[in-house]
Amino acid sequence: MAAIEFKNVTKKFGNHVVIENINLKIKDGSFTVLVGPSGCGKTTLLRMIAGIGPQTSGQVLIDGNDVTEIAPGKRGVAMVFQNYAIYPTMNVRDNIEFGLKNNKIPKEERDILVKEASEKVGLEEYLDRKPSTLSGGQRQRVALARAMVKKPSVFLMDEPLSNLDAKLRVQMRVELIELHKKLQTTFVYVTHDQVEAMSMADTVILMNNGFIQQIAAPEEIYRNPANLFTARFIGSPAMNIVELNDGIRLGFRPERGILSDEADPKADFSVEGQVVTREMLGRETTYSVRDPQGRTYMVTGLDDPYKVDDKVYLNVSLKHIYFFGKDEQRIYEEDAQQYQACLEALRRGL
Amino acid sequence: MYKLSQKVWAVAGTILKAILIFVFVFPFLWMVSVSLQTDMEISSSPITLIPAVPQWINFAAAWSKGPFLLYLKNSLTIIVSVIAMQMVIMVPAAYAFAKCDFKGKNLMFGLVLIAFMTPGQITFLPIYQMMSEWEVMDTLLPQIVPFMTNAFGIFLLRQYFMQVPDELIEAAKLDNAGSLKIVYKLMLPMAKPAMSTVVLFSFVSHWNDYFWPLVMTQTTNVRTLPIGIAMLKNTEGITNWNIIMAGNMILVMPILVVYVFCSKSIIRSFAYSGIK
Ligand SMILES: Nc1ncnc2c1ncn2[C@@H]1O[C@H](COP(=O)(O)OP(=O)(O)O)[C@@H](O)[C@H]1O
Ligand SMILES: [Mg+2]
Repeated sequence: MAAIEFKNVTKKFGNHVVIENINLKIKDGSFTVLVGPSGCGKTTLLRMIAGIGPQTSGQVLIDGNDVTEIAPGKRGVAMVFQNYAIYPTMNVRDNIEFGLKNNKIPKEERDILVKEASEKVGLEEYLDRKPSTLSGGQRQRVALARAMVKKPSVFLMDEPLSNLDAKLRVQMRVELIELHKKLQTTFVYVTHDQVEAMSMADTVILMNNGFIQQIAAPEEIYRNPANLFTARFIGSPAMNIVELNDGIRLGFRPERGILSDEADPKADFSVEGQVVTREMLGRETTYSVRDPQGRTYMVTGLDDPYKVDDKVYLNVSLKHIYFFGKDEQRIYEEDAQQYQACLEALRRGL
Repeated sequence: MYKLSQKVWAVAGTILKAILIFVFVFPFLWMVSVSLQTDMEISSSPITLIPAVPQWINFAAAWSKGPFLLYLKNSLTIIVSVIAMQMVIMVPAAYAFAKCDFKGKNLMFGLVLIAFMTPGQITFLPIYQMMSEWEVMDTLLPQIVPFMTNAFGIFLLRQYFMQVPDELIEAAKLDNAGSLKIVYKLMLPMAKPAMSTVVLFSFVSHWNDYFWPLVMTQTTNVRTLPIGIAMLKNTEGITNWNIIMAGNMILVMPILVVYVFCSKSIIRSFAYSGIK
């Protein structure tokens, strides 16, 4: 069990500043997912916690203690690497046991721990196998067992599912969520996939270009994006963004757009358009609608009344509309003056 | 047409291979044959290819013409110490050059490369002087100490270690493994093919080495098998080729034994080093 804290942490590679002056707290026992586009610094952040890519300046604290001077193996953290980093010359048992041996755990105890961990991930039949004879999913499990067996207080995972096929990925997601429930330790999980972040996290940390965009629960980050980047990154299909005057932009989720045959006089935002594409996904249908100015909107719905080329009206009510200012930050209703300006811009139309 | 030219090439290839094999194997078979011939047979004309009665006695004769037990002991002591020392020094050095950052790394690796490319014919004189000053000329040290490390081995292992992903080493660090553990438990087992290449080269080149023991030894006490066998030539004024060849057979026997027992891994390691 451990909380993690970054205090004014900066990380440079040579002159290239990857992370600048970050402050961040990760709650004890949380399942925190670091998400963001490739190259935004997620792995870099994780490696600082592990101690294998130390910060250039600032402090990293685990359970309130500055761990800068503490060796990676003594921090009580375990890491699952993106490519698993399984020791290729050791069999599964030796892989799992290696850390225990280095920590001088006696043989009897090791045997029990290895058995326990391998059962948890369903590898007990494979203990004497060499990694080269295992499938991708099984290697993934070896990496998990190897991390688990040390009973770490912090679990770090760097895109652990990205090398698995889609079906296995969904299954492993569920297993990881269950594992977190069982172990009750701090999980810090890195992914570039917002769906993974939304489905697994209790706290999402969204990063871009080395900066933290928003930290919130998945529901919150979805319903209440703090800025344009978050609004666009989280959710699929992405939020529709429309430019108004004065650099103000409005956004609404595809499922909040309502298509109708006629303009809805009560709608706060309404455009006329034409269905360009229609994707029937079974449970729901995704339309893309183009307005006369050439803007394209994504709309999803459970009903499927329209065909390609149909003329439709797209209506959105104000309570589902988000406004963003020139600085790409969200303009909240509480900020009455600015919000009024947004409403004014909306009224003046597109 | 196409089929025909393909066949011609295949036949030509086979003939070429046969010639190559003959060129390499014949001297060896010739050595075996001569070592089993009588004095009469070695000077007969035309030459004798297969001795009428194998003269096993030649081996005993060669063995008794000098203190060969001592030579064998010296050769073994040298080869074992050299290879053991090389293992201890070479592996961590190669790891450091491949995976650690330290001041003067490139310079030091440059020195290793220079050592790699400098022939013994250049270094033997200063080393000889140094050893004389240390007054160790009548021990085996002059034949061991200069070879404690092996620049070729460091180079080859470093190349190998560089291909190992950093993540593996980081995972080991997170598993609380110290540097020595990482080197010997993780890196070395992964470098097995490279390592056996290096050990094999070391073994063959030191076991057969003639030049270095020749210039570094003055007394029988510290001489090795190759020197002892070369000295067979001078013992009686006339050259008994059959006895000398028997001596050579004694010299290469250990190499043959090693080959028979690990031919598979030897072939693999040669294939690995691109020397095939
Ligand atoms: N060892 C390194 N040397 C130089 N630059 C690096 C190194 N590791 C990462 N970077 C740079 O740091 C940035 C963030 O990388 P990373 O943390 O791996 O991103 P992410 O994991 O979010 O995809 C990238 O621009 C990358 O090029
Ligand atoms: Mg990454």
